[in-house]
Amino acid sequence: MKQSEAGCAGCETLGTPEQQAKLHAVIDSSKATPGCLMHILQEAQGIYGYLPMSVQKVIALELGISLSEVYGVVTFYSQFSLTPKGKHRISVCLGTACYVKGSDKILAEIEKELGIKSGECTADGLFSIDTCRCVGACGLAPVMMIGEEVYGRLTPDKVKGILDSYKQEEQNA
Amino acid sequence: MVNLKINNIPVTCPEGSTILEAARLAHIEIPTLCFLKNVACVGSCRMCLVEATGARGLVAACVYPVSEGMEVHTNTPKCRKSRKVTLELLLSKHKKKCLSCERAGNCELQRLSVEYNADEDRFEGANPSFPIDDCNPSVVRDNEKCINCMRCVAACKKQHVGAIGPIGRGFNVHIGSAGGMTLAESSCVGCGQCIVACPVGALTIKSDEAKVQAALEDPAKKVVFFTAPSVRATLGEAFGLPVGTNVEGKMVAAIRRLGDCEVFNMDVTADLTIMEEAHELLDRIQNGGTLPMFTSCCPGWVRFIEQHHPDMIPHLSTCKSPQEMFGGLLKSYYCETHGIDPKDLFVVSVIPCTAKKYECARPEMGGEVNAALTTRELAHMIKTAAIKFCDLPDEAFDDPFATCSGGGTIFGATGGVMEAALRVAAKKLDGKFEVVDFPEVRGTSPIKEATYSVGGKRVRVAVASGLENAETVIQAIKSGEKQYDFVEIMACPGGCVNGGGQPSLPDSIRNSVELRDERAKALYTSDKKNTLRRSDESPVMEVLYRDYFGSPNSHKAHEVLHTSYKPNPRV
Repeated sequence: MKQSEAGCAGCETLGTPEQQAKLHAVIDSSKATPGCLMHILQEAQGIYGYLPMSVQKVIALELGISLSEVYGVVTFYSQFSLTPKGKHRISVCLGTACYVKGSDKILAEIEKELGIKSGECTADGLFSIDTCRCVGACGLAPVMMIGEEVYGRLTPDKVKGILDSYKQEEQNA
Repeated sequence: MVNLKINNIPVTCPEGSTILEAARLAHIEIPTLCFLKNVACVGSCRMCLVEATGARGLVAACVYPVSEGMEVHTNTPKCRKSRKVTLELLLSKHKKKCLSCERAGNCELQRLSVEYNADEDRFEGANPSFPIDDCNPSVVRDNEKCINCMRCVAACKKQHVGAIGPIGRGFNVHIGSAGGMTLAESSCVGCGQCIVACPVGALTIKSDEAKVQAALEDPAKKVVFFTAPSVRATLGEAFGLPVGTNVEGKMVAAIRRLGDCEVFNMDVTADLTIMEEAHELLDRIQNGGTLPMFTSCCPGWVRFIEQHHPDMIPHLSTCKSPQEMFGGLLKSYYCETHGIDPKDLFVVSVIPCTAKKYECARPEMGGEVNAALTTRELAHMIKTAAIKFCDLPDEAFDDPFATCSGGGTIFGATGGVMEAALRVAAKKLDGKFEVVDFPEVRGTSPIKEATYSVGGKRVRVAVASGLENAETVIQAIKSGEKQYDFVEIMACPGGCVNGGGQPSLPDSIRNSVELRDERAKALYTSDKKNTLRRSDESPVMEVLYRDYFGSPNSHKAHEVLHTSYKPNPRV
């Protein structure tokens, strides 16, 4: 077994001073409540967009529990992510209705277009891809979300245009 | 008290007992896998399912409380079928390399599978592959053999280390350290309590048998063994002898039959540790040194301090452990007096402890001990060599390191180091002090305290075993709640007799015999029989200090017998 790189996770930064202040505020306000770990992890993911090891270490130290306990919870729930998310989070629905309408092909097209797999983030930090189960828009199947925007009745040939509109917006900004 | 019937047998047990506890009172066996007395009780493996009145479906006996008038049936077709399927599901994802597995014949999953006629091929699991983690000097983890019973996780948490936990979900659940760290990079202290907790072969000792065998077969090497105090009290268990049998003579005879070697008694350097440590304590008390002084003979405890309480390092005694003192003594004094080049001397320690393997590898120890074999590895080497252990004659240790005091012998049990040190320190403070028994620090209570007045000095002591209890003592010291002068800590609950390298006994024995007490008794009996009780009475000490070290804590003694520690914080 190879030595991992996580051993030096302590070298990772804890983000901006604002992020650090927010993290400590969340921990301080909840740590007296039994069972506060889930809440703190959700808030921390909101602050950082994901849960880097450095943040998990701070949470473990502050709550007086082991890092392995925190990590166990983070890896159990699919809502938590160990990797950074993009500025624009793409979420492709693989629920029943979307799936029978070919959402797997939509996902494959996005992966091809961006050159990353589901669960990953592009090198420029612009896009990340995830899958989800039903966004409540089955009538529009197959569906994906980018940020809070819902795109329905998709076909693989529509994917490039949609992604390009975000890239264009970024260039204009 | 609550009255109930188990398999139609009336049982009376205290309120709040579980069905499992009640059944054990009535000598009714209920199979368990994830349950381990005093360590783990989560009711997750479903092996102990029984039928009970008032309950819907089968209930887990290890967690289900008894109630008045309850009727429990443990051996119905429904129970047996459920256990069989549970076993078959566990086997569906178990790497079945049973023939060569270290735990073959001593595996709880194997034993239950035979008892319940489980078919190992009935279901095929998803079987994700996991690499074997053998980076750690003490523990090897093979997650493909793991049944996720979580006993190791509970044992590690109970040690206040928490280096491991469950990761992931579903078929991908596996036990490991956060962020994909290997065990070597984690906060593992190497105590090996996880290994003795494991019901299967997922956790094993990192073996040094091959290294030792190669040295025994190398004509250029002179091989010397020395055996730690507690090994003689447990080695017999690996050969079917009752728990608590002292097999010192047979152990020496068996090692001699492994190859051309000398066999020494590590109780001698336990005496030496006491001489150095007792004088260091007196020096700290009389000259305003850092107090309380902590014992430093347990490498798991030393590593715990370095990782979790680096600010407390000045409290650790600078004495090396008996293992490392022996290494130093052999590579200096013994080589000099016997005309041996230290690089031709291959030093093997036989120890009850997996952390000692890590200790050998610490750079500040200079590699003076070449290999550390645990009790289990020695037993395996004896079996490989086809030596009929129980038929061996009793043989004596080799000179010049054969004779020890009783103080050196009791090092292997919690409170033993403290008692041995008190014997010497008290005599030194008051020449007329003749007491050698300090019952207050004996026994397996988690934390023991006592205050002694000797020669006008008050000495406040505490003894803790198990790192969870060590943490309690440290917090009490840090908060100012407790003041002590001398604190003994052993990382394993009960001390070295319950070390991570000791023979694995199935939970059916561990749940009914008080292992720590029985094993410790063998050492205290040996101490009682010894005409020499105080370490300074040993003729070997007299020779060593007269001919080589001069006096305890001398310059020479510091060179060979002392060391230093450094912070190594980990989460």
